[in-house]
Amino acid sequence: MAVEVRIPTIMRPYTAGEKVVTAEGATLAEVIADLDARYAGISDRLIDDSGLRRFVNVYLNDEDVRFLDGLGTVISDKDSITILPAVAGG
Amino acid sequence: MRRYREAVLRIGQGLVDQMVAHCRADHPDEACGVIAGPVGSDSPQRFIPMVNAARSPTFYEFDSADLLRLYRDMDERDEEPVVIYHSHTATEAYPSRTDISYASEPLAHYVLVSTRQSGSVDGPYELRSFRIVDGEVTEESIDLLN
Repeated sequence: MAVEVRIPTIMRPYTAGEKVVTAEGATLAEVIADLDARYAGISDRLIDDSGLRRFVNVYLNDEDVRFLDGLGTVISDKDSITILPAVAGG
Repeated sequence: MRRYREAVLRIGQGLVDQMVAHCRADHPDEACGVIAGPVGSDSPQRFIPMVNAARSPTFYEFDSADLLRLYRDMDERDEEPVVIYHSHTATEAYPSRTDISYASEPLAHYVLVSTRQSGSVDGPYELRSFRIVDGEVTEESIDLLN
């Protein structure tokens, strides 16, 4: 499945400044692996050993994937993925 | 890609007043929000108070659904977050270690408001502006516009 992925400003150095890129995969985990194959290093910004990083939000269309199946979320053609770092602090 | 803005925040007094009023209203919890402006303008214009989903005196976080809506709205209007503000309610108006580690908008001015002196009522407050890039904090001056 080819999906559109919106990249936040802070991760655009990985995508040569591109704001929207295309990646393939049947699940979010596969899409992230494909992204990392195209844009080396980006996966580290999104996941760690325990899964999706706590302060990075990933949305499938309008839904935070935390409320879906996380990295196992199934992706369909024409879906759109948006990555947004949390705005948070102390 | 633009990496750094000029080391000054130019902002209208009215927007400063709105930030301070929001921070006072939410005291003793931290308040947070964004002032959006046209992409590349470095000019804060549209005041957007956000809900602190953490409802905490020591932490703030935009709700994840609110965050998506905010960025979509800004995209549609060709805006970006020129200012990201939040309050400290018991400590100085300087970025905490958590503020620095989660800062993720290299082009934004991070404005800190401290309400520790006067709490929710009128009175002295501190307001300072910083850039936070790759874990490095740089304070900048504030140029108040009428």
